[in-house]
Amino acid sequence: MRTPVFLLIWLGISALVFAISIEINNDYIFFAGYVVLQYVALGTAWNILGGYCGYVNFGSAAFFALGAYSTVAIYKLITEYDFYRMPIPMLMLIGGIVSGIVGFGMGYLTLRLRGAFFAIATLALAVVLQTLVVNWDYVGGSRGAYIIRPEQIEPIGNYIRYLFLIMMLLAVAAIAIARMIEHSRLGYGFASIRDDELAAEASGVPTLRLKLIATTISGALMGMAGAPFPYYIGYLQPSSTFGLDYAVNSIAMPLIGGTTSWVGPLIGALLLGSLQQIATVTISSAVNLLIVGFLLVIFVIIAPNGIVGLIHTYFQRKPENFVGRRRIEAEMPGRVP
Amino acid sequence: MIFSFDLLINAVVSGILIGGFYAAVTSGVSLSFGILDIVNIAHPAFIILGSYLAYVANATLGVDPILASIVMMPLFFVLGSGIYQVYYVSFEKRGQESLRGLAFFFGLLFITEVTLVLYFGVDYRYVEARYIGPSWHFAMLDIPLRILVPCLVSLVMTAGLQIFLTRSFLGRAIMAVAQDQLALRLMAVDPIKIKRIAFGISIATASLAGAFLIIIQPVEPSVGREYIGRIFAICVLGGMGSLPGTVIAAMLLGIVESLTSTFYGPSWAPAVSFGFLLLTLAVRPAGLLGR
Amino acid sequence: MIAAGPSNANGTAANGAAPALLEIENLGKRFGGFVALENITLSVPPGERLGLIGPNGSGKSTLVNCICGTLRNEQGTVQFGGQRLDGLQAHQRTRLGLARSFQLPRPFVSLTLADNIRIPLLYTVATRSGSHRAAHEIEERCAALLHQVGLGDKARRLPRDLTQVEMRKLELARAMAAEPKLLIADEAMAGLTHSEIADILSLLIRLNEQGVTIILIEHIMSAVMSFSRRLVVLVSGRKIADGMPDDVMRDPEVERAYLGQ
Repeated sequence: MRTPVFLLIWLGISALVFAISIEINNDYIFFAGYVVLQYVALGTAWNILGGYCGYVNFGSAAFFALGAYSTVAIYKLITEYDFYRMPIPMLMLIGGIVSGIVGFGMGYLTLRLRGAFFAIATLALAVVLQTLVVNWDYVGGSRGAYIIRPEQIEPIGNYIRYLFLIMMLLAVAAIAIARMIEHSRLGYGFASIRDDELAAEASGVPTLRLKLIATTISGALMGMAGAPFPYYIGYLQPSSTFGLDYAVNSIAMPLIGGTTSWVGPLIGALLLGSLQQIATVTISSAVNLLIVGFLLVIFVIIAPNGIVGLIHTYFQRKPENFVGRRRIEAEMPGRVP
Repeated sequence: MIFSFDLLINAVVSGILIGGFYAAVTSGVSLSFGILDIVNIAHPAFIILGSYLAYVANATLGVDPILASIVMMPLFFVLGSGIYQVYYVSFEKRGQESLRGLAFFFGLLFITEVTLVLYFGVDYRYVEARYIGPSWHFAMLDIPLRILVPCLVSLVMTAGLQIFLTRSFLGRAIMAVAQDQLALRLMAVDPIKIKRIAFGISIATASLAGAFLIIIQPVEPSVGREYIGRIFAICVLGGMGSLPGTVIAAMLLGIVESLTSTFYGPSWAPAVSFGFLLLTLAVRPAGLLGR
Repeated sequence: MIAAGPSNANGTAANGAAPALLEIENLGKRFGGFVALENITLSVPPGERLGLIGPNGSGKSTLVNCICGTLRNEQGTVQFGGQRLDGLQAHQRTRLGLARSFQLPRPFVSLTLADNIRIPLLYTVATRSGSHRAAHEIEERCAALLHQVGLGDKARRLPRDLTQVEMRKLELARAMAAEPKLLIADEAMAGLTHSEIADILSLLIRLNEQGVTIILIEHIMSAVMSFSRRLVVLVSGRKIADGMPDDVMRDPEVERAYLGQ
């Protein structure tokens, strides 16, 4: 299936979901749905570096928060200097660029480290970034920042519905990008790095360059997911925005769903995200993380290939390479793997 | 920011003492990460667990927290052994330690922390003992006993661990398992059992470290997160498994943190340890007295 | 194809023909206090069939790693095709035409055999200026390479389904896929049967006839002797002999250091 077709299908699904949600006419669906879709984007973004390349990023929160805080900075500019009021897609672009650049920088500094050290370094970087933001009074520092969300936006109406729609489009874009990578030469390169970086180098794969591409794309997508967040939540606080909670979710969802393809993070985010929303409402929000922690540990022990892996085993198909099972699309339409 | 010699000396001394405590906190990870190559990112959570258990013993039975934690060390040892067994069967055997092993410990970190939140709430807890409160005055130095006592006991514990690792058969087997598992097997020693014991010891140190922590400062479940950076920074800087190196690195970090906090304010403190870590990783991954 | 004539003892072509493809000068490598390689000087003309032997731990694999860029040598230089390799990453050296197989096979475990071969094709061959390969050409090349090493019918299998021997063949096929000018085969034949060894040898000889220079690192003396036109002996990080195979084997120092053990 070529990418444009894939995109059309998913845009169609999104339109359907949006229409149904409007029909149900309960704003809670939009509020909860936004969070779930945000995690689809975050999980998919994380997986590009974590699942495809095998480099675990503990600093997802930092990229997410950078996107959010660049929106805050621009918002302050708008209110202080009566600046041009930027529409959200543009804010997302800016957030994406900022986080992408930071992703590149982080990669440049840390990608020479082997596995575990890289993971710890990403955590360290996230905390350093958090400390910098907390000490930057322009965006509110540790006191936090208030964003006033507009009530309405034509032609959709309720602003929260608009945010929901935007996040859904981002989620679709994220899975489309992930899938495009999988089917390309880049995807093969990523898989070779994941499996054996030394052998990949010896085979001619420019490992550092590819890893930098992965961190940049991953960071940029996370930044884009974070950019609308201040408008969603109204009050931004560094401790929670930079919190480890985002890190654990963006790691748990792909691991639970399955790391080898774009399907995994989607399934993981939809399931786990919905579960968390239900738990928050019925029990308490602290239980959320308990659930995530437990599921993460359980899945990582008994189902290393995630839900996708379980499905494949159940249907007795050999879980062959998911990346690379499909051939490079461009030249060979219609050939069955 | 008033610069005075008084302030400086006290900051440095305070840093050294805190550093001693950091050394105890890190010694467990020196064992598990430095020697066994297991990235136990959940270690701080076990320390907090130790803090809370010491708190319970202290609040309900009036027992001295350090004593209580020593009594609980065997429990922690068993916990550590169990966790290693699961880790080994699920990850090490399959060769998937890097991604999934990390995720496993990350999950444990959250499970432990949230369980504590659900059980104890997010209020700060503290313990009471005779040495918490008074300070020791000496010339221009002003040393709170609640920092001095844990520091001294920490150093004793670290020294004891070092002696164990270098002098006893079991200790040397642990050092050996990091270098050559086959050779150990040929000597009829099961490397898996050795690693299990070693990891158990690593978690047991967390019990004691937890008592130290709650003596030095009030504790609530998310305090552990600040220590992740400190622990790994000290472990890497100290040379991955060298206990003397750990002590030196811990004191260095303690001093730098103390100076930063005193002269620039505490909000920059987290950046210090994590910045240290990044610097070490970038410049000298082998640490100060590295392997 | 450039015919490699008889060589002098120090490795330069006797008739002063084409400059060396691989030129190693005074190469040294230490690991902390341990000297792994010392003063290695070697000249490999194009088209050569060089055998590299030496006891375990003599530094053969370290030398390969330094040549290919997996390790950095502190001393000395390596030149390939007249170009100095200092500072070049391993993947850049592979793209220049320097390929190696690993002593302990390092397959890409989550990819099929066909995809294992595809990686070097995509990243080495396809990037060389002027050679754009369509996807189906790459597909055919994968199949052909696997067939050459006798793994044709296992193209869609995963490496974990292979025997040790088959993994070595995959390792070799993957190195060949990079279409190298110089191929270093690091103990590719360990554990193979006589007929399998003969297969691999004839494969390597065929490659050589097509113009690929080959350095064969082996312990199996019969294979080394029948394949090599020149033999280099490494002991404890130093080169102690370099010349025609028969001459080298008769060298008393070689006998003492290597064979006499």
